[in-house]
Amino acid sequence: MPSLGEPVLNARGIEKYFGYNHVVRGLDLELRRHETVMLVGRSGSGKSTFLRCLNFLEEPTAGVVRIADIEVEADPLHDRSRRHQEHIRQLRMRVGMVFQDFNLFPHMTVLQNCIEAPMRVKGKSRAEAVEIAERYLNKVHLMDKRDEHPARLSGGQKQRAAIARALSMEPEVLMFDEPTSALDPELIGEVLKVMEDLAHEGATMIVVTHEMHFAREAADRVIFIDEGTLVEEGPPEQLLNSPQDPRTQRFLRRFLDSGASGAD
Amino acid sequence: MAYGHASSDIGQGASDGRDPIVDQIIRSGHQRQLTFRAQFAITWLILIVGIVYLLAGGRRGLDGDFIVEWFPFILGGAATTVAISGIAIVGAVVLAIFGAMGRLSVNPWINGTASLYVSLVRGTPLLVQIFFAYYALAEVGLVLPGIVAGTAALAFNYGAYMTEVFRAGIQAVPRGQREAARALGMRERVVFWRIVIPQAFRIVTPAIGNEFIAMLKDSSLVFVIGVGELLWRAQAAGRPNVRIFEALLVAALVYWILTIIFTLFQERLERRMARADR
Repeated sequence: MPSLGEPVLNARGIEKYFGYNHVVRGLDLELRRHETVMLVGRSGSGKSTFLRCLNFLEEPTAGVVRIADIEVEADPLHDRSRRHQEHIRQLRMRVGMVFQDFNLFPHMTVLQNCIEAPMRVKGKSRAEAVEIAERYLNKVHLMDKRDEHPARLSGGQKQRAAIARALSMEPEVLMFDEPTSALDPELIGEVLKVMEDLAHEGATMIVVTHEMHFAREAADRVIFIDEGTLVEEGPPEQLLNSPQDPRTQRFLRRFLDSGASGAD
Repeated sequence: MAYGHASSDIGQGASDGRDPIVDQIIRSGHQRQLTFRAQFAITWLILIVGIVYLLAGGRRGLDGDFIVEWFPFILGGAATTVAISGIAIVGAVVLAIFGAMGRLSVNPWINGTASLYVSLVRGTPLLVQIFFAYYALAEVGLVLPGIVAGTAALAFNYGAYMTEVFRAGIQAVPRGQREAARALGMRERVVFWRIVIPQAFRIVTPAIGNEFIAMLKDSSLVFVIGVGELLWRAQAAGRPNVRIFEALLVAALVYWILTIIFTLFQERLERRMARADR
């Protein structure tokens, strides 16, 4: 695994209210190049919302996010302003996101899913976009499905296609929001394998997950979030084997007791 | 056909453990289905002949010569009917897409304009709108040929109803689709035209088919401004010859056949789309 490089993502003081409900309470995160960070915690702890704040799928109530050379500050009162939206778009071009429900575009083939944004957002030529997309389809072992529509793929194939789509934008950071929670148990492995390979090849990733084994294998750092705050963070061995905070201990104990892997 | 195949398997004997009664049950099921269809067809035949006989009965009977002579002329109106409906439905779809964008817009000016359009059009009769497009616009200097005014009025009217259809279709596209597109850095315009609209279109295609079939019949209203479509031709043939009943009968029959043809076509389209989604 390549050693960690310079910071590529820096989020400071992220807050998110839904109405009066305070979901994310002042979270900071710095991510260095080639680093893989996993966010764990109970459902409803705010970890997914925090992730969605990082690319402004949720407008944070407060805070600032910098990715590579773009910095965007939360502007909840003017979140529809053209200028703010354009800044957000610039930020999003630098982050890839993989969703729990895949969200592949059903009216396009796998390849079209992967070239649409590079062509229309980055202005790449079709040939160029196809070349890049095929490289990543190969990486997720889906070259043989490039001309299929998503409806003809299994859940695991869909999620791998979604990963290829995100990679095709060649983002600085990849974000995964519970990427295996919607999958049948027997399909989880193929997706985790692809993600593990990415992590080991030096991709910069943030993963919200309930897969503790996977966190142990692929994470450089694990962050435990509870009630919208960072409770504890550290290397996976340390955080998962000898957690310091009682809340982390309780969470992990319950997790191991139930033997759950995707209990969301 | 699968049934026949299964029964031949059974015919090979009880070695595969199946009872011959299964064969009998399947055959009798087939038989019942055939009987049902035959009786269904006979019912239609009796009713149609009966209705025509009753309607014509009080008079001298049907004038077969008139029907034979004028049928081609009246049928020729069907081409105009289909053309008007076809062009008007395309116009209505375009209006409906923009109408739906307006109804979903957070801009109060745009939203207000679109909402007024829908409310006005749905709150007034189509016939009034057709007269309006032809006579009222002419008074303010916009003189349109009947066929243009009629087609425009139909498009305008159906566009308002279909605005609500498209709005529902757009809202039926899962939120995650928009999120995924935005997360890739697409501008709102690209998200809408490349991701949302193609999916909304699939959702509303059956509804567009229904609207088109309804429009085939509603387009008869434009005869009041002298457009030479199916109903107008029937009137034109029937009145001077005092054979209005025969003429209307032919027109009704042609409308009916058109409806059946396009309904079959629509069912096939729907089946094909359903298969494509598997």
